[in-house]
Parts: sequence; C-alpha cells; structure tokens
Amino acid sequence: MANKLIVSLSPHVHSGDSVQKNMYGVIIALIPALLVSLFVFGLGAAIVTITSIAACVLFEWAITKYILKREKCTITDGSAILTGLLLAFNLPSNLPLWIIIIGALVAIGVGKMTFGGLGCNPFNPALVGRIFLLISFPVQMTTWPTPGQLTSYTDAETMATPLSIMSRAIKDGNAEILNELPDSLSLFLGQSAGSLGEVSALALLLGFGWLLYKRIITWHIPVSILVTVFVLSGLMHIANPAFASPVYHLLTGGLMLGAIFMATDYVTSPMSHKGQLVYGISIGVLTVIIRSFGAYPEGMSFAIFIMNAFVPLINNYFKPKRFGEVAK
Amino acid sequence: MKTFRIGGVHPAENKLSAGKPIVTAELPKVAVFPLSQHIGAPAVACVAKGDEVKVGTKIADAGGFVSAPIFSSVSGKVAKIDTVIDASGYRKPAIFINVVGDEWEESIDRSDTLVKDCDLEPKAIVEKIKNAGVVGMGGACFPTHVKLTPPPTAKPECVIVNAVECEPYLTADHQLMLEHPDEILVGVTLVMKAVNVNKGYIGIENNKPDAIKLMTEKAAQYPNIEIVPLKVKYPQGGEKQLIDAVIGRQVPAPPALPVSVGAILQNVGTMYAIYQAVQKNKPLFERVVTVTGKSLANPTNFLARMGTPMSQLIDACGGLPEDTGKVIGGGPMMGKALMNTEVPICKGSSGVLIMNQKEAKRAEAEPCIRCAKCVSACPMGLEPYLLANCSSMADWERDEKEDITSCIECGSCQFTCPSHRPLLDMIRLGKSTVMGIIRARNAKK
Repeated sequence: MANKLIVSLSPHVHSGDSVQKNMYGVIIALIPALLVSLFVFGLGAAIVTITSIAACVLFEWAITKYILKREKCTITDGSAILTGLLLAFNLPSNLPLWIIIIGALVAIGVGKMTFGGLGCNPFNPALVGRIFLLISFPVQMTTWPTPGQLTSYTDAETMATPLSIMSRAIKDGNAEILNELPDSLSLFLGQSAGSLGEVSALALLLGFGWLLYKRIITWHIPVSILVTVFVLSGLMHIANPAFASPVYHLLTGGLMLGAIFMATDYVTSPMSHKGQLVYGISIGVLTVIIRSFGAYPEGMSFAIFIMNAFVPLINNYFKPKRFGEVAK
Repeated sequence: MKTFRIGGVHPAENKLSAGKPIVTAELPKVAVFPLSQHIGAPAVACVAKGDEVKVGTKIADAGGFVSAPIFSSVSGKVAKIDTVIDASGYRKPAIFINVVGDEWEESIDRSDTLVKDCDLEPKAIVEKIKNAGVVGMGGACFPTHVKLTPPPTAKPECVIVNAVECEPYLTADHQLMLEHPDEILVGVTLVMKAVNVNKGYIGIENNKPDAIKLMTEKAAQYPNIEIVPLKVKYPQGGEKQLIDAVIGRQVPAPPALPVSVGAILQNVGTMYAIYQAVQKNKPLFERVVTVTGKSLANPTNFLARMGTPMSQLIDACGGLPEDTGKVIGGGPMMGKALMNTEVPICKGSSGVLIMNQKEAKRAEAEPCIRCAKCVSACPMGLEPYLLANCSSMADWERDEKEDITSCIECGSCQFTCPSHRPLLDMIRLGKSTVMGIIRARNAKK
C-alpha cells in the first residue's frame, strides 16, 4: 500500500472549474438573445446560426487534425461553438450561406488556429471573421431584414438600421432625421433591424446577469464600456442635438453584445481589473468616435479589435495592486 | 464582517470532524523524534543509545538561536539515533525511543487547575517558552521565542492570535478552543506581557460560531482581549492576510516582518502550548491532530504524543481505506503529500488527511485561456499566470521584477485555474531560484 501513494505538491484540491464550464456558461448566457433573434428573424436566424456554428466546429476539427496534426482535438471545449455563435450574432439574418462559411473559415482559421489555437490568439476570432466579411462584402453585410419576416431567408425585405439613421443625421447635420428612429422600448426588447444577436438589449442584459452570477466574468469591462459611451455620447448630444441621445447609443448596434460578450473574451482582454477598466473606457471612447465621425455607422467591432491589439501593452503597464504596496 | 482585502478563494470546507471531542491517542510502541521539526537549525541530540528517559525529558538541545529543543513524549529507553523519512519526504536524523510505561518528569504540573496569574518578568516568560521547545503550531513551526524577541527598532502594538483554521477539513484548533478556552486566554495574556503590549485579538472565522460565542463569553473577564469574527475566506490564516483582516494594515513586501506594522502573530494552538510551558512547566511534546478524509470510517481529533506514527492514528479511525490515493500531512491547500504513513507526528502536524484515488489525481492541464481568475484569486496581488510562464521560460529576472518572492504559496491560483495548470509548481520553482540568486548577490556585497 505504502508505495502506491501519490506524492504531489499542494494544493491538493481544485475548485472544479474548467474551460468547458466557462465556455458553455457563456453559451447559456447567449440563449435569451438567440431566442429573441429566432422570434424576430425566424428562419433566417436559424439558418445563419446553425451554419456558422457547424462551419466553425468543422474548420477547427479539420485544421487540428490535418494541418496542425495534433492528437487531441479541442472542439469539445465549447470554444469553437462559442465563436460560431458569436459570429452568427454579428451577421444579418439574410446573409447567404457561402459568405457565412467564408466568415467561419477566417474566424477559426486565421483568427484562432494560425496563432496556435485556444488561448494564443491576440484578436477575438469572431470579430476577425465579422470584420473580414464587413470589409469584403460591404453590401451584403449592411442590408438588414425588417423584423417579423419569420419564413424568409435571403429573400427578406430590408430596412435601415437605427445606427445608419443616426449616422445620416450627423452627416446631414439634421436632427430631424432622428425622428425616424424607433422608440427606445422597442429597441430594448428587440423590434428593430440589425444583426442577429444585437437586437434586444434586454436579452443581452439577462445574459450579463447570468455571467456575473456564475462568476464567469467580472463587471469591469462591460460597465466601463457602457458608462463611457453613455457619458461621452451624452455630452455630444447636449452640444449638438444632431448627435443621437445616449440612450440610443446604448440600445443600438452591437454595443451591448460587444460590451458584454465580445470585449470580455478571456483570451483577448486584459488580466488586471485596472487594465480592464482602461480597456473598457478606451473601447467606449473609440466606439463613439467611430460611430459619430467614421465611414461605418457601426463602431463597436472596430473599437474592440483595435483595443485587442493594445492588450499586451495594457497588461505590462497596469498591474494589480500588490499586497502592502505603498500608495503612490 | 471583517476579512482581508485582496483576492482569496472559497474551497469546500469539509470539516468532517467538527464538534468531535478530542480523544487521547494511545501511546506508540516506538516514538520517533526527527531533529529538525522547526524552521532553523536542527536540534542536537543530548541523549545516547540506552539512556532512560521520562515523559518531558529533554532529548535534543536547540542548535542555535533560531532553533528549538525537543522533549520526549514517552518514557522508556533510547533505542537508536538513526534517520527517518519525515513529512518533507527527505530522510532526516531522528531519535527512536522504545516506550516503557508512562512515567512523567516530576517538574510537570499534571493537574487541571487553571493557573491564571504569572509574576514572571517578560524576559523570563520568553526564556521559559524557549526552554520548553515551543514553536508555531499552525504548520510553519517557526520557533516562538524568536517571534517574541522582535528587533530593538520594532514597536509591537498588539498580539494577534490565529484561530482562523482556514484550511478545509482541519478542526484541531476549533476543538481546542471549545475544550480549553481559559488556558488559551491565559496564554494570550502571557504573550501580551512577554512583548509588553496591552491589546490582544483572536481572529476566528464565522464558520465556527460556537467557538466565537464561547471565546467571547470567556474573554469578557479580559478587557484587553478582543474576539474578532471573520468572514470565511481562504487564505485568512496567512499571517499577512490575518493582520490585514483584523487591524487593516498591510505588511510591506519581504523582508519586512509582521512586527513592522506592530503585530505579533501566534497560532491558537501555540497559545495553549505557551500556557502549559509557562504555567504548568510542561514542555511541548503533545498536540491536537485532526485525522480526517471522506473515505475514512471515523474522522477524529486526537491529542497525540509527538513521535506517534500517523499509521497508528489512522488505524484508530478505522484504518487506511482501500481506495486511498494520497495521505497529506496538514490541510489540502498547503499540506504535504506523504511518502508513507509511518511519518511521526511532529510539532507542526495539524492534521492527517486521507484522499481517495479519485480526489488524489490532478486533472490534465489545458492551455491558459487568460481568464485572469488566478490574478483575481491571488491574495498578494501578484499575477500567477505571468510568474508561472516566466518560470517555465527560466526568465528569473522577470520573475524577480514581478515580485515572485512575495508569493506565500497558498495555492489559491492553482485551486481556481479552469485549465488545471500547475501554476504553483512553476511559481515555487521560480521563487526558490530567485531567492537563491538574491542570496548569492547579497553574499557578494
């Protein structure tokens, strides 16, 4: 008996947390938003979501097996499913299949596996896919179907998104254009045009609650982004009414989705709380600037993407406060 | 409710032996006393083969100032001075005594009468503690008289007693408080007198409400001693964390000592030992040990003589279970896995934990997903993922720059890591290497 004892260093117990638990936890948090998208966009939403997830998982499997030639395949850890789901959430529900598949290939192939797989990628893979598609297929990526066409897919009728209306108001310097915006309650519940996952702020906030409850993420990144956007766009709105009110900024486009689910991606966000606040505030500022003065009406993805690049620098300069450190 | 400010985790408590009365363990047939069972120089044997000893006879002298003498816990004959594998896993010199009867040194007061008053001078108290071989009984085994002799520049302001017992499973300190509260409180007054302070705190986590209640009642007659209930959080029993929790001050980075913020820290078990040493002339040769584990038939708190092999205590709890995978000396967060169960109970043995095969195995490590949970969990405000990475790349310079020497090896990072990475293994490697580099550098100067 005695020589069979296992000898290892402490600690001898573990919290029971795992990569899978975190990944599937985020996926569960996305379910309310998924249900809203199915309810609002019907068949199109289902096709886009399933295609995106299936393609992401397939590409991860194929790349691991045939290109990297690794024995252990990582598709069961849930990260590829999550990338697929997040990519789908960033696409319009009338996007043709082949474009979705290209997006998944770029997300998983270029965004993730090129760098060595889970944990090694500097940029959020779903964002890499989304931005690639936005630049390559600007027309398909910026025509959003009108909500409520439950049985149509690529044949759905399209309309302008709230953000494009807001962008037009700024360019024309005409605050009256803003009257075309839907009221904020319907934006909150998800009755407007937009990408799959971004239409209902309520559903996304429910997911945020779940993530906090399960301690998968902390409040720092989402709250710092949302507060920054609210304050900055509020100041601009006071200065010039052609800039839409801060409430619209919070409820439209990928802001909630980005702040809660994309910017908080473990791999591509800073490690210390201090760093996370710097990162969140920077994303907020960049988003408002791009939305108000950039060529694209949607600024969230670019803001996160740019700040992803600064994460190593942020990690170097914003350390957690050491125990006993004298306040400077 | 008070607690420390940075990091921390909540491991499952599993206090299986909570509330179980302390059982006096049977005498061993052969008692084994390793000569280094404290931090500092090993003790030097002062008996030879064939010598007759009684319970409480000194068998080894302190090997220096930072060292402690060792006393026999049994009566009988010295069989040999040989080596034994101790809790560290290394073979160390030890005195073996064949047990005959149970005859005590006459100087020891074996009565149960509580002796509250002490008219000794502070220096005499410290001297008595030193000569009784008392060391910190929380597990680190730092000689107590050294802690009670702060450098002349330091100004102690209070004594903080660690009754936190934040390690899961262990209940020895808890049960000791329930059964010997008066002795512990007298011990606190002795320490307060020895270091000339008039404030004492006893920090107890609120998962021990009965102990908090009893100690608070008993402490009513000691106006200078305050019982401080603490919110349950690991590693609250770390000395820096406990000082932060109780008086809200943070000890600066090493080499600063707790006394630099005015605190003298002692474990609650040590308080009991100090009481016995000073008031009862009883040197340290027995202690309370929790023997526990989910597969164990009957987890128990024992009062065991030093030198008793752990296997004997395990047998008294129903024997080593079939599916045993690991035997740990101490708690599951910081205890040491033992090579065999013949390791003797020493001054620092707070517990023996039996883990089954399934619990004993680590899960396979996966890539770091940079979730930052280790950073949030670290009670020292370090970045465990970074330290572990630097260590794995042998970047000792960066390790030092990132304050690796501040690590208290509590294991919170590795406990919380969703990727099951061996963070603390790597950090230990880095820390000991960096400490070696620093020592070499200082030696050159």
